[in-house]
Amino acid sequence: MPNDTGPNFQQNASRALDDQQLRKNFKFAMGNFILKRKQIFSDESETEQLRQIGNTIKQRALSQLPQLLERLEQNCSRNGIRVHWAETTAEANQQVLRIMNANEANRLVKGKSMVSEEMGLNEFLQERKIEVVETDLGEFIIQLNDEKPSHIIVPAIHKNKQQIADIFHQKLPDTPYTEDVEELNAIARRTLRQKFYRAQVGLSGVNFAVAETGTLCLVENEGNGRMSTTVPPIHIAVMGLEKVVERLADIPPMLRLLTGSATGQLITTYVNMITSPRKPGEKDGPKEVHLIILDNGRSAILSDPQLRQTLQCIRCGTCLNHCPVYTRIGGHAYGFVYPGPIGKILNPQIEGLKKAGELATASSLCEACAEVCPVKIPIPQLLRRLRNESYTSEHLATVKDGGCKKNLMETIAWKGWEIINTHPQINAIGNKIMSRLGARLPRIGPLKQWTRYRTAPKLAPKSLHQLVDEEGIRHE
Amino acid sequence: MPQESQKPEKVYYFGTCLMDSIYPEAGLAGLKLIQREGVQVIFPREQSCCGQPAYNSGFPKEAQKVALKQIRLFAENYPIVVPSGSCAGMMKHHYPLLFEGDKNLQRVQQFSERVVELSEFLVQSLDIQLADRGQPIKVTWHSSCHALREMHIIEYSKALIRQLQNVELVELQNEHECCGFGGTFAIKQPKISGTMVADKVSDIRQTGAERLLAGDCGCLMNISGAMDYQNVSIRTQHLAEFIWERTHAK
Repeated sequence: MPNDTGPNFQQNASRALDDQQLRKNFKFAMGNFILKRKQIFSDESETEQLRQIGNTIKQRALSQLPQLLERLEQNCSRNGIRVHWAETTAEANQQVLRIMNANEANRLVKGKSMVSEEMGLNEFLQERKIEVVETDLGEFIIQLNDEKPSHIIVPAIHKNKQQIADIFHQKLPDTPYTEDVEELNAIARRTLRQKFYRAQVGLSGVNFAVAETGTLCLVENEGNGRMSTTVPPIHIAVMGLEKVVERLADIPPMLRLLTGSATGQLITTYVNMITSPRKPGEKDGPKEVHLIILDNGRSAILSDPQLRQTLQCIRCGTCLNHCPVYTRIGGHAYGFVYPGPIGKILNPQIEGLKKAGELATASSLCEACAEVCPVKIPIPQLLRRLRNESYTSEHLATVKDGGCKKNLMETIAWKGWEIINTHPQINAIGNKIMSRLGARLPRIGPLKQWTRYRTAPKLAPKSLHQLVDEEGIRHE
Repeated sequence: MPQESQKPEKVYYFGTCLMDSIYPEAGLAGLKLIQREGVQVIFPREQSCCGQPAYNSGFPKEAQKVALKQIRLFAENYPIVVPSGSCAGMMKHHYPLLFEGDKNLQRVQQFSERVVELSEFLVQSLDIQLADRGQPIKVTWHSSCHALREMHIIEYSKALIRQLQNVELVELQNEHECCGFGGTFAIKQPKISGTMVADKVSDIRQTGAERLLAGDCGCLMNISGAMDYQNVSIRTQHLAEFIWERTHAK
């Protein structure tokens, strides 16, 4: 657990903003993602319809989530998939460990999974002498360099070709330095192939779990996901409980939204629909499939009708790509598993406002995220709500650590603002005083921050109210 | 886009708090543009702020009080013209959310329905025709996020600029990207906001334009402050003031 107040966001962001290479890498990569998404979703009204469908599917699922999860469990069990429930990440880690131990397994290969990042699974297993190998190319790169993902779907996006060449050269034995992309790919493939053969357990995430059929749906482009879920004798899938959808028919539109938003693809190279372990007579597939369903604060989010919308997220990452803040500071600066706009609403709810509340202030509310979200999560609106939760009275708050930022200074400042703006005489006098003081206003508080990058605004000698009076405009 | 079939006889004008204290000439220009088209403009004297600063900062109760004050002042059934995409977005789309479950909701909705941004009003309701009297000039345009994504009125603003014969409009490379203002965001996350506005300034400079136009005073205050800080001498101006300057007989 990090300390109580959480990471120092401003310091992290500041460091990232000073890193010109990092900024260049992100600007280039995000620009590409934006372009690709635009190309695939070129028909605006069709896209809008599709997003509405996505929104409806997820809302329908969330409105009956307990029942759907039960159905998912029943149907998975009937298909031979063993379902485990974990309230906390610690429980989820223990369940993975128990499965590994029961099979005397000490080697795990992983497909990409953000929930496993949320669990801190790699560290947990490595401390217990279990080899954990990330097999998604991006994850593989950052694991070699002992880093965390900087993006939900492209975890090594903060690295350019040269940096990756360097990492391979330094961290993989007998690897000469090369910037040739084909060659770099081949090196990763050779290394990972051996790991797939030797692993006793493969772990993956889940993009959608279908309650109706007990099917786990998993998209990927590298084939490593299919390898992880079919080559080792045991497959463990981990998912947040919000990943369940009601029907198989919900999958096609959701897939279209996910891949279009994430990578600008009509469909990914691999779409895995896993409905059972290997059946008698079948030649491949794992002997056992386990599904771990993680809560970790999600039930609490579900209980609030407004904040519940957070759980509609399908982790496509497009809000990151379009965010002017994320594009400039990258994923690591956020200091939490989930970066970008979705992280700004998700982390404070899971980790509490004390630790993660500052993330909610790191938005100009420009609405670029809401404009592209495939399931129409009103992220700016939820940011406002979380800001309010930070200042509300403790007993009224529904989010963890609600009211933690309440302080006399801001309370008085906003009360003062209210009084000025509801009492025109005071407003007029205030305006006069301010415009007289003008440049002599002391550079403290808000003005100090403002003038670090800009000159102070100059108040006009006469207000609009005065000009309108002089012009004889009617007031009625 | 809603198409109003008829020119109204009378409208309310909401001058916004930033125009009141920092950009009054722009506020007055917007008002005169409407008057010139033969529409009577009412400016309720006690108007102040739409309430957005508090609403966005986590203080909805205070925002409600200020919003209610405006709602009471603009009571008659006239259109409410707002020379700001952001304030208009607040009053049109966020007031009903701010008053969700409140006893005043119906009244608030009736108010919100009447809110229209200035560019849209000039183009759609007044079908304004502009005769340019100004010298040739190259300008660029900054879209405010809320004008773009909440009010969807950018095409009206640009249509007005394009009516001006001697004005060449050069578009920004990243027109759709936020300038970094975001109200208290600029204060709470100064370095991120400062970087965003510095990037916006670079984008403006590469156009070679002599002037930057925008329809929102928050963005103008942010961008002009940053240009001033960096000694960049490109003038910034609210669209209404620019149009008025170029089209009124002296």
